[in-house]
Amino acid sequence: MSKESASHSVGIVQTHIVQLFDEHHPLALDSGAQLAPVQVAYETYGQLNAEGSNAILICHALSGNAHAAGRHSPDDKKPGWWDSYIGPGRPYDTNRYFIISSNNLGGCDGATGPSSIDPATGKPYALRFPMITLSDMARVQKALVDHLGVKKLMAVAGGSMGGMIALQWALDYPDRVPACIMVGSTPRLSAQNIAFNAVARQAILSDPNFNNGDHYDGPKPVNGLALARMIAHITYLSEQGLHEKFGRKLQNRETFSFGFEPDFAVESYLYYQGSSFVKRFDANTYLYITKAMDYFDPFPDPETAARVLAPIHCKFLVVSFDTDWRFSTSKSKEMVRILQNNQKNVTFQEVNSHHGHDAFLLDAPSFKQTLAVFLDRCYREAVGMEAPVG
Amino acid sequence: MAELRVDQAVIADLVTEGARILDLGCGDGLLLEYLFRHKRVKGFGVEISEEGIRSCISRGLPVYHGDIDQGLEDHRDGAFDFVILSHTLQTIHHPRFVLQEMLRVGRKGIVSFPNFGHWEIRLSLLLHGRMPKSPVLPYDWHDTPNIHMCTIRDFEELCRESGIQIVRQIPLNSAGNVPQGAIKRSLAKHLLPLAGANLMAPMAVFLLERPPS
Repeated sequence: MSKESASHSVGIVQTHIVQLFDEHHPLALDSGAQLAPVQVAYETYGQLNAEGSNAILICHALSGNAHAAGRHSPDDKKPGWWDSYIGPGRPYDTNRYFIISSNNLGGCDGATGPSSIDPATGKPYALRFPMITLSDMARVQKALVDHLGVKKLMAVAGGSMGGMIALQWALDYPDRVPACIMVGSTPRLSAQNIAFNAVARQAILSDPNFNNGDHYDGPKPVNGLALARMIAHITYLSEQGLHEKFGRKLQNRETFSFGFEPDFAVESYLYYQGSSFVKRFDANTYLYITKAMDYFDPFPDPETAARVLAPIHCKFLVVSFDTDWRFSTSKSKEMVRILQNNQKNVTFQEVNSHHGHDAFLLDAPSFKQTLAVFLDRCYREAVGMEAPVG
Repeated sequence: MAELRVDQAVIADLVTEGARILDLGCGDGLLLEYLFRHKRVKGFGVEISEEGIRSCISRGLPVYHGDIDQGLEDHRDGAFDFVILSHTLQTIHHPRFVLQEMLRVGRKGIVSFPNFGHWEIRLSLLLHGRMPKSPVLPYDWHDTPNIHMCTIRDFEELCRESGIQIVRQIPLNSAGNVPQGAIKRSLAKHLLPLAGANLMAPMAVFLLERPPS
């Protein structure tokens, strides 16, 4: 295995856009509705080998996009969202694996979503966009994987909601997925998770500029969306991490204002998070995707779990972070218990970090090492160097 | 071919084909891999160290990162045919609790441990007046994972007090390794008679059962 010190970025990358469904061949959604045309933005890193056995699909979380690694131009300020994990010598080692990353259906960064033009009206769908599920998102990714000529993935991986989509993949396409990696994820949202999503949606829905979703030609519900992001962002960080970063520091001042302007550094940080988010994200996408997360529940009872898991031969890696309270270790353990009760091959690790839910996006050395070892094993099994155990 | 420690070889021999097993403190996964490959078991290991977890992952084994001292609450009563505690008893904080948990989630328990009653250890303490060390117990007293050393007689007593049935007791004359290919053939020459085992055996394997309820 390559050493971390020898690892580097994938460099300059390009986002591609492909249309996967059209009016002759529409996308059939779980809701019964049909959607066409459907396009996705995607990026790939590394090379597909001759046998087509080294492909890994990466699923992004709620607010992510197809740009998982590298930079779009040399002066790009920030690299892709999982850049420190993807590249030569990194866990998703592009010297060995072919990595696929795409924007989720319903997104606002190159995939068909509520901000896309509805061919029936010539205007953005807005709330006329059909309700979608995580299974629908996986279905579009499956069409992309087919389009790229990949018959069987080596692994599917994701963090947070991306882990839920990865699980959906394992359930929907059991013959295509020998390994599934879920990081900081959950088999279902708890009442508290749904509550946070509901408050975020209410912030958007109650913005005076929301206009029943038709805000693409006029002022946008930026205050509502920023508020939604600020609320969510608090849940992504641990109390300890937030306190270590900001403490009770004041922002650019020596004394309290004795007014309602942001006194504290943490306030200013949250406002910044909110205001930068609204520049890149669509409020309607936020509504649709959080609702799809709320609905996700592949194992509502033990009988259903036994039925849907019966055809699954996939092996699972489930990783949690000890200070994550958005999707805490207990959620990962719930996932592991369901798999163990159904005699599935599952490995679980709890990683120490003070970064809370966000830890999966940041440099977490122990998680990196475990991920690298797991992917190496998957690769050796995929190319026939090792036989799967059990 | 890799080698198993003698007690691991004995454990592998006790586990029945296709059994549901739980290997507590599975370490680098050597025994677990042997059981998967040669006994076609189902189940997984539990391990506290990240190094151990990664070694198991590299072998393709399912492993659960956890502290067995916290109990096995994630597992249902009788979920396993065998729960294995190989060379791990001496490292846990609450041996009695863990033994009871083992026999709650498993129909049978298999425990192996280094016997502190072995004559070499007794002699070493008598002659040198220092905490004994041996190839299986190589640590300094102040820097060791082995916090609960016991003798075969101590263990028997703990089982008796806890109402645990000893189905079989297998004292071993060695704590070394046996080649995997020759386990069946070489095992016999490592077995000791029960009489005098507490003095003569550097290691022992116990097969345990829940008391009939």
